Amino acid sequence: MARISLDQIAHSFNPRPSSEADYALKSIHYQWDDGGAYALLGPSGCGKTTLLNIISGLLTPSNGRVLYDERDMTLLTPEQRNIAQVFQFPVIYDTMTVAENLAFPLVNRGVERAEINKRVAEMLETLELEEKANRRAQGLTADEKQKISLGRGLVRYDVSAILFDEPLTVIDPHMKWQLRTKLKTLHEQLGYTMIYVTHDQTEALTFADKVVVMLEGNVLQVGTPEELFDQPAHTFVGYFIGSPGMNIFPGTVVGNTLKMGSVDVPLNKGYAECAGKTEIGIRPEFIRLTTASEAGSRGLKFNLRSVEDVGRLKIVRGQAEGVALNVVVDENSDIPAEPYAVFDAERVCVYQNSMLADGDILSTESRT
Amino acid sequence: MSKPYNNKAWWFVLPVFVLVAFSAIIPLMTVVNYSIQDTFGNNVFYWAGLEWFQEVLASDRFHNALGRNLLFSTIILAIEIPLGIAIALTLPKKGFWVPVCLVLMALPLLIPWNVVGTIWQVFGRADIGLLGHTLMSLGVDYNYATNIFDAWATIVVMDVWHWTSLVVLLCYAGLVSIPEAYYQAARIDGASKWSVFKYIQLPKIKRVLLIAVLLRFMDSFMIYTEPFVLTGGGPGNSTTFLSIDLVKTAIGQFDLGPAAAMSLIYFLIILLLSWVFYTVMENYGAEKSDPRVEQD
Repeated sequence: MARISLDQIAHSFNPRPSSEADYALKSIHYQWDDGGAYALLGPSGCGKTTLLNIISGLLTPSNGRVLYDERDMTLLTPEQRNIAQVFQFPVIYDTMTVAENLAFPLVNRGVERAEINKRVAEMLETLELEEKANRRAQGLTADEKQKISLGRGLVRYDVSAILFDEPLTVIDPHMKWQLRTKLKTLHEQLGYTMIYVTHDQTEALTFADKVVVMLEGNVLQVGTPEELFDQPAHTFVGYFIGSPGMNIFPGTVVGNTLKMGSVDVPLNKGYAECAGKTEIGIRPEFIRLTTASEAGSRGLKFNLRSVEDVGRLKIVRGQAEGVALNVVVDENSDIPAEPYAVFDAERVCVYQNSMLADGDILSTESRT
Repeated sequence: MSKPYNNKAWWFVLPVFVLVAFSAIIPLMTVVNYSIQDTFGNNVFYWAGLEWFQEVLASDRFHNALGRNLLFSTIILAIEIPLGIAIALTLPKKGFWVPVCLVLMALPLLIPWNVVGTIWQVFGRADIGLLGHTLMSLGVDYNYATNIFDAWATIVVMDVWHWTSLVVLLCYAGLVSIPEAYYQAARIDGASKWSVFKYIQLPKIKRVLLIAVLLRFMDSFMIYTEPFVLTGGGPGNSTTFLSIDLVKTAIGQFDLGPAAAMSLIYFLIILLLSWVFYTVMENYGAEKSDPRVEQD
């Protein structure tokens, strides 16, 4: 086990990159703590898998260094790095039995037979595959096969880290949930560093202690699920995390007042003026729909489009000031005939050139 | 449960049926017809029953030719299959050299059998052939027309040169279709090159390899043109394979009955051996997937 550091990692699949656009990974500088559960989240093609393969050693980065603790691993093979990786599609050795599949990485490393048998037996128990131990791996279901792929990584006690590359893509929905819980339990039991690549935010948020959000070869934000929800560092993070995502609204901020069309919303922070584009982010959960009289001057007129009942909540879709706006309300709450949207001032995020702006918290006296 | 039948669909099968009837079934039945009758010409036939079959099966000439065929096919498979896999493994998987290698590989396949025979006949001649002359000047007494071993070696080398590419191309197609994740997983598991071959590559190309084995077996078992062009079946009868013997019987001696019986036996042997190869390779390594175990 080790702490993994990425030192100014950049990678291009083009042997002679000429411009920024040639790089699949722009410049990644990050440290993965020993024993942490991380998720790498981002849309397809953002460089998640490339980054994962650089960490495992399947790929050598064009620039930068990979360190395990203090050791430079940049040019070493996955075997030398002693890392485990589980891929999107289950990889099993067709001609071997389930038990032989699990024993394979140990056999290759010259572990003693008695020790191999012991560990394989344990792993079969952990994965609940005891009954199928002597069956050929070929005829198993996709989730059983993926369990075996996972088991081949876990059976080595001393791995530096376990990397998962969208491991649940081909698994049935109900099995997905089970396997995810299994991974979480295994992480707690065994304490390996786990890095989990996914484009599914539910998977990322339930699995990981820390989520790394990537876009176009850059890391936009690293944070706990709460941080990503409350303080998205970039409008993309706000939009990508949450269902529906954060509402992004053009507007202007003057000092501690947010101006949207005809409405002024007082904020609890003051913001410096910015030359670029200013946007406001507000989560659908933090908008109230109310009547004109109750909203007063803080309300934005809301043109209702549709209401989706999603169980305990309702998603209300509509428009305000010509911009699409989603609101999440309790399933029992009534929506007024002529609704006005009121933003929770505490929860408004201000973005300058798509990046979260740091405001100064104003004292109560100056907040007039 | 009743199933809707649409008998009009049979019309779609008709063209193929007619084609197969004329190209295979009718000629085959003609041969069956000859094999159970005797004739002295003038289109007069006498019933012979299974007499020709008994005669052919009991003849030393048939046994010897069959033995040569089996030996030849064994040598061909033993050389071409491992060699083909080995070459396929060394071919590049992507880049500029892929099409170059594939075209070079495919070239021998484009040359007709009799041309291959002629090429090697000239190539091997001691007086004017490059190979024959070089070997002579090196002090090797090489003469395919008089030496049995030299004749066999020439035909084997000729066939290997002509047909190994087929095995290479089939195996190569199988190899490039293996997803990259398998190789990546093998690297993570610390597998050696040999393990990768044994546990990933070989099982994954098993099906195309089966096709390669079947094609090479059937084709080498039916070898005719190359030895016919090179030595005409000699020296002596040393390269007289079943096909050459068959043509001698049918057209040389005009013994239509025995020739027909022989060709049917020949056909059945190929069919039987192909079935054996197919069954063995399909079931190889599958002995543990007992259907009773699957039902849990």
